[in-house]
Amino acid sequence: MTKSLTLPDAERDHVSGSANGSIKLLEYGDYECPFCADAQPVVKEIQRRLGDDLLFAFRHFPLANIHPHSEHAAEAAEAAGAQANFWGMHHLLFENQSALEDKDLAAYAGELGLDATRLIREVASTAYARRIREDFRDGVRAGVNGTPTLFINGERYDGARDLKHLLNALTAM
Amino acid sequence: MSLNEFRGRPVVLAFYPADWSPVCGDQMALYNEMLDEFQEFQAELLGISVDGAWCHSAFAKQNKLHFPLLADFEPKGAVARTYGVYDEKDGVCERALFVINTAGIIHWRYVSPIGVNPGANGILSALEDLKAKSETIGAAK
Repeated sequence: MTKSLTLPDAERDHVSGSANGSIKLLEYGDYECPFCADAQPVVKEIQRRLGDDLLFAFRHFPLANIHPHSEHAAEAAEAAGAQANFWGMHHLLFENQSALEDKDLAAYAGELGLDATRLIREVASTAYARRIREDFRDGVRAGVNGTPTLFINGERYDGARDLKHLLNALTAM
Repeated sequence: MSLNEFRGRPVVLAFYPADWSPVCGDQMALYNEMLDEFQEFQAELLGISVDGAWCHSAFAKQNKLHFPLLADFEPKGAVARTYGVYDEKDGVCERALFVINTAGIIHWRYVSPIGVNPGANGILSALEDLKAKSETIGAAK
């Protein structure tokens, strides 16, 4: 169980940045969602600009019926996380959104220098399904109604997701 | 179909303006991912709009929906009017959620601004509340 539905939990979540960062950004997303893929380079640039002022966390919110690859992609990110490279896989998945078959996931694992056999075995057995579902349920309770949904310092952000607006919102608080 | 068929189980009735419009697509897609959660409360989810049965069928197929969509088509909007959520001006259902208890009585309702996907948190809270009440009554007997 996460400590907060709307704030990063450095002990549980996949976080990037500084745990002491005064600005907290939490994304609920789906690797096969085109809007999430659009948001990814924006988030990356925000991380670059805000540096240690920012703590960023990503939770899974796969809409598996309309995005048939989203669950295996989330599993792949978790499986990469188990081999200490969640973020490497996270970025590759968004950057290669149109290629998310299991063979593609294995190739990304190879690219990252991970144990691809282990990763695919875990993906195929949905080893991290419980955690992914927990993310999803927490998202629903937090008021996530689609993807991506962003929370800035615990408040849902419903504004435009371009760099200017998002950066303004993050630094205004 | 009559709601009486579901007597004994809670019903989640989700009125929405139209198949294919962007927001409801998201809203129904979200609920479609939550059937297990609704099932934990033995609740039945029903979507309803003024679209006809063939339109619903194509919409459900496209989005792989695994719950029924009801057509409030003839006489148009009759069900929505009964629930007080018919938008006369645009001739569509409002974006309204109802949780109906096992006795067929409305337990919770929420009308969302038409362009805003209300998500599912309110529905889950209402179902939890219903469950807690029925357990309290059960324990008092």
